Amino acid sequence: MPAERVLPTAEARDLIALTSEIADKELAPRAAQYEADARFPREVFRLLGEAGLLSLPYPEEFGGSAQPYEVYLQVLEEIAARWASIAIGVSVHSMSSYPLAAFGSRAQQEQLLPDMLSGRLLGAYCLSEPHAGSDPGAMITQAIDRGGEYVLSGTKAWVTHGGQADFYTVFARTSESRTEGISCFLVDGAMPGLSFGAPEHKMGLTGSPTTIVNFDDVLVGSDRLTGSVGRGFAIAMSALDSGRLGVAACAVGLAQAALDYAVSYAKERHQFGKPIIDHQGLGFLLADMAAGVESARATMLEAARRRDRGLPFSRQASIAKLVATDAAMRVTTDAVQVLGGYGYTRDYPVERYMREAKVMQIFEGTNQIQRMVIGRHLARD
Amino acid sequence: MNIVVTVKQVPDTWAEKKLDPSDMTTDRATVDNVLNEMDEYGVEEALLLKEAHGGEVTAVTMGPDKAVEAVRKALQMGADKGVHLCDASLHGSDALQTASALAKVIAPLNPDVVIVSSEASDARGGVVGALLAEYLGLPQLTLARKVTADPGGGTVTIERQTDNGYATVLGKLPVVVGVIEKINEPRYPSFKGIMAAKKKPLVTMTAADAGIDPGSAGPSGAYSEVDEAQPRPPKAAGQVVKDEGDGGAKLAAFLADQKLV
Ligand SMILES: Cc1cc2nc3c(=O)[nH]c(=O)nc-3n(C[C@H](O)[C@H](O)[C@H](O)COP(=O)(O)OP(=O)(O)OC[C@H]3O[C@@H](n4cnc5c(N)ncnc54)[C@H](O)[C@@H]3O)c2cc1C
Repeated sequence: MPAERVLPTAEARDLIALTSEIADKELAPRAAQYEADARFPREVFRLLGEAGLLSLPYPEEFGGSAQPYEVYLQVLEEIAARWASIAIGVSVHSMSSYPLAAFGSRAQQEQLLPDMLSGRLLGAYCLSEPHAGSDPGAMITQAIDRGGEYVLSGTKAWVTHGGQADFYTVFARTSESRTEGISCFLVDGAMPGLSFGAPEHKMGLTGSPTTIVNFDDVLVGSDRLTGSVGRGFAIAMSALDSGRLGVAACAVGLAQAALDYAVSYAKERHQFGKPIIDHQGLGFLLADMAAGVESARATMLEAARRRDRGLPFSRQASIAKLVATDAAMRVTTDAVQVLGGYGYTRDYPVERYMREAKVMQIFEGTNQIQRMVIGRHLARD
Repeated sequence: MNIVVTVKQVPDTWAEKKLDPSDMTTDRATVDNVLNEMDEYGVEEALLLKEAHGGEVTAVTMGPDKAVEAVRKALQMGADKGVHLCDASLHGSDALQTASALAKVIAPLNPDVVIVSSEASDARGGVVGALLAEYLGLPQLTLARKVTADPGGGTVTIERQTDNGYATVLGKLPVVVGVIEKINEPRYPSFKGIMAAKKKPLVTMTAADAGIDPGSAGPSGAYSEVDEAQPRPPKAAGQVVKDEGDGGAKLAAFLADQKLV
């Protein structure tokens, strides 16, 4: 039984219907094969862009649809329920566009945003470095001011869409200060000096390339500095607050897909003369899965509504990311259990869901880091 | 160019289709209904013609209240206007009555091109297009897998699919063109298209508005009648051929038996 949503407007209902139609026809049929082949479907992002699904939370004047996060996140969920790699890609693309949309100058926004939001250009977000993951304040990638332009050098790690993206939102050090010495740049993917490692051999999300990005004296005009010098760390954290809601949505969508698959299987599969769903032990397992999915969705939507009303939501975003990704891990693992031996094979999608859920507890701040953020808010607020 | 495209709402292709036992018409109430998939190709072709030559696309349907969704979908894809012929007296119309009613709605629109798809996935009669051309008194180009219009020269040229290739056929405007699935890749509506569609003109007409004679409408005026219907029998179990060294010969014999080789 697919998610039953309470949506705020008729417009939102149309949007969910459009997303489901495209996701059913264009994403679901390809997901398993592309994941098995580790193939990145760049054309799918063009299609989603043309349908207007890459720019939902952004202002109409730049080609967006000014949709609230409450709606945008449920669209992401619908995409994730068919193909997690694409939903993560949409979330990362959206997060990569965010610094310019929220902190860029009017001129930068007019020049660059429409192509970013339409999906003509695909984005990537370069914060992590090989030795600086949970602690991005330890980054060493440098941007040296040469008057009129910056020279970027260093190595970024774990970049989603590395080598495939058209623009890279890059955080680099402009002075020594741990958090006040970082600035944000928008770098064209075709710049000389930019090179990419081979895609990481990942456990899941294999349809989404993740690579090292090397900057060897890459020249970036000062007009590509986003926000003021030294503001980068604050921009990165602000982008992550919204990005974490995106990851929470991907996790809820994935968990919903696992639940739906497990329930329909449990109605068909008979043991001891009746459908396995009618054995209380298994029915309770499924009930816990449903409770996990629905409570995760409620937590995520609560954080989204705070954001939509202009209330502080950083703590709630971390809670949503923590709750939703932990729920997705548990629900997808239990979905494998529901299918028994069949669930453990690659002939069924649930083992893939389980592999895909795992990374959601790791990126955009591990779930330990989410607890750290939540704890700091509790101590401070 | 003034382009009209016909659309129909049908039970979801994958749904089990049933007849209403009381009057032997398609049961549309208990299933999900969608825009006939073939009609999406028609709408796409109409939009491509408009994009190439300018003008306007009007989507026309006949059907019960809910059938307006098919027109809405066409408007969301990019059609400019919609017309929904909706009247209880038209329920149970056969192919001839349907085509005649559609002609009554379409003729006053003075189209240059009327695009129809080759069939709807519910009744699968595949004749309404031809009947419509007849009622409109227009030539018809059928089985088009490619359409090129020359509005200045007043012609449309199509590649007509044949069993072993295609024939190039030229027709004079105004003309009815029947398209097949090979012709294009229908677009998805965009979210903006969905928003814009809400503001596009969509006219609902009754049979009287369209000038349809009440005596000729509905089952009593139909030229054909469904006497009886049987569900397709369940698939019989396959025949197992056991290989005892002569599997190949047995298979060949089976195929020959079925006149497949
Ligand atoms: C598939 C994938 C895609 C990614 N995409 C991007 C991207 O597009 N852009 C980008 O910038 N990054 C991206 N990342 C990087 C990701 O954000 C980091 O992997 C993550 O932040 C963790 O960093 P790390 O891997 O260096 O682990 P570490 O920071 O080394 O952490 C190792 C372990 O120590 C724990 N730990 C660390 N510090 C603490 C602490 N203070 N208290 C308690 N526990 C702690 C962590 O929770 C973790 O369990 C991606 C990663 C993956 C796997």
